[in-house]
Amino acid sequence: MTATTVQPTTLPTTAAPRERRAVPPIGMGRIVGVELRKMFDTRAGFWMLMSIAILSVLATGAAILFAPDADIDFQLFASAIGIPMSIILPMIAILSVTGEYTQRTGLTTYTMIPRRGRTIAAKAISAVLVGVVSMFVALVVGALGNVVGSAIAGVDTTWNVSVSEFAGIVLAQVLGMTVGFMLGVLLRSSAAAIVAYFVYSLVLPSLLMLLAGAQSWFADLQPWVDFNYASSRLYDGTMTGEYWAQLGTSSVVWLVAPLAVGLALVMRSEVK
Amino acid sequence: MITVESLTRTYPSTGSGRRGGFTAVDDVTFTARPGRVTGFLGPNGAGKSTTMRIMVGLTPATSGSALIDGVRFVDLTNPGHEVGVLLDASAQHAGRTGREILTIAQRTMGLPKGRVDEMLDLVSLTPLEAGRRVRNYSLGMRQRLGIAAALIGDPRVLILDEPANGLDPAGIRWMRDLLRDFAQRGGTVLLSSHLLHEIEVIADDIVVIGHGRIVAQGTKAELLAGAGTLVRTPDAEVLGQALAAAGVSCSAVDGGLRTDATPDLVGRVALGAGVPLTELRSGDGAGLEDMFLELTSDTQREGAAA
Repeated sequence: MTATTVQPTTLPTTAAPRERRAVPPIGMGRIVGVELRKMFDTRAGFWMLMSIAILSVLATGAAILFAPDADIDFQLFASAIGIPMSIILPMIAILSVTGEYTQRTGLTTYTMIPRRGRTIAAKAISAVLVGVVSMFVALVVGALGNVVGSAIAGVDTTWNVSVSEFAGIVLAQVLGMTVGFMLGVLLRSSAAAIVAYFVYSLVLPSLLMLLAGAQSWFADLQPWVDFNYASSRLYDGTMTGEYWAQLGTSSVVWLVAPLAVGLALVMRSEVK
Repeated sequence: MITVESLTRTYPSTGSGRRGGFTAVDDVTFTARPGRVTGFLGPNGAGKSTTMRIMVGLTPATSGSALIDGVRFVDLTNPGHEVGVLLDASAQHAGRTGREILTIAQRTMGLPKGRVDEMLDLVSLTPLEAGRRVRNYSLGMRQRLGIAAALIGDPRVLILDEPANGLDPAGIRWMRDLLRDFAQRGGTVLLSSHLLHEIEVIADDIVVIGHGRIVAQGTKAELLAGAGTLVRTPDAEVLGQALAAAGVSCSAVDGGLRTDATPDLVGRVALGAGVPLTELRSGDGAGLEDMFLELTSDTQREGAAA
């Protein structure tokens, strides 16, 4: 078929073209605010947020009910609450990224803010903010549990989690979130990223442990390349210079490199 | 003003699940002018949506350029204030309310709060409807919400992909008036459709695309003119012979004839031959429709980027 192009002769334009006007730029603070809002403005998001508080209380209650009286101290509550946190916080981070693709809101988001890196950065900041605030909520719930639990058990209230230990726990939780965030950016699918997170946090550690048990060369190498292993020490509050170095090297393998690949994909990929 | 120049988008043959070496948009060049509604017409899978996605930076172009008033879309600092975009009304989080979706847009673009209610009012979504989650919206309501989101930043350019889909006849009329008014105030409107009629009633200029290539473009008047004459008569055979004798070729369409001659000439020939006519008119859009049907007839394709 031949193209029949008709050249327009006269154009009966009815009005003068509208002029470009000065447009206020979009600041990073505003994007972070919007991204925080988007995390919790759906029913799923809202209950995800609520579940942080609810599960903290449930975990505290379970610790009071089932732990032997002698074990009741702040450390107990810290670890009891840490477990549900280490699952929910990464989910929040994952969904904040993958929702743009699975729910296809990226079409709107990346049209309003064409530089995708800004939205992704805002999501990362929001995720860390949510992680840190959640940990302080957990701290309060755990402290209340410690007071109530020790009163019920009739033991002295023991405050055996130091500030630096708490900081280590917060960092470990934030790193877990960052892993979730990385998987979200890399896979851009809610289901795939969530499955990958569970494989990463539940299956991978046992596999690497088995490998270390069977192969002596890997046993020496493991602390330097196993990110789960390296970050689990943050919970013990026993970080040494070498441990920090191992956390650094293993994070390159499991966090920094895949995140870089994921970011490159986000920048280039087609948003449909 | 939207200026699209030699825009091409190819997909490599190694793409997962995609057809080998596929060209979705092939050397597309056209302009959408301010003060006018430009209709982007083509069958499903012709490359309309891909072209529009490239315009707003969601899909990278393989070559060529698409500029909004001389600027690439991705270089706009706050594009919502300059270009209103609706690519897919269903691409929204089903769990958000209509009001929340507009609030996100309002906050992102840094607009006053009141804009949300103004827009809801403009697209006739009631406060009750705006408070419902989008999963409960009909396609027509989603389109209205999408148009509200496109207009919230008071842009001077609109890029709308199939905005009339799912609207009822009253809704289509409402949108036609809205877009006409937008253009009359000096705005630029580009809207796509796979329905010739929809484009015919809304657009001033028409760009026809098929298999990724522009096959026709011009003002509606120009494209519809030169479409020949449609004539109906009980004695089609006699008139056909008379026209042939006058050196005018014609083809039979149901209950009548179509020719390239003007209605004036056909009328004279019919008068001379003494043939009674039941209808005589210029074949408005007939040429365009033929071209469009030809485009759609061989769209037996699967996996094409819509």
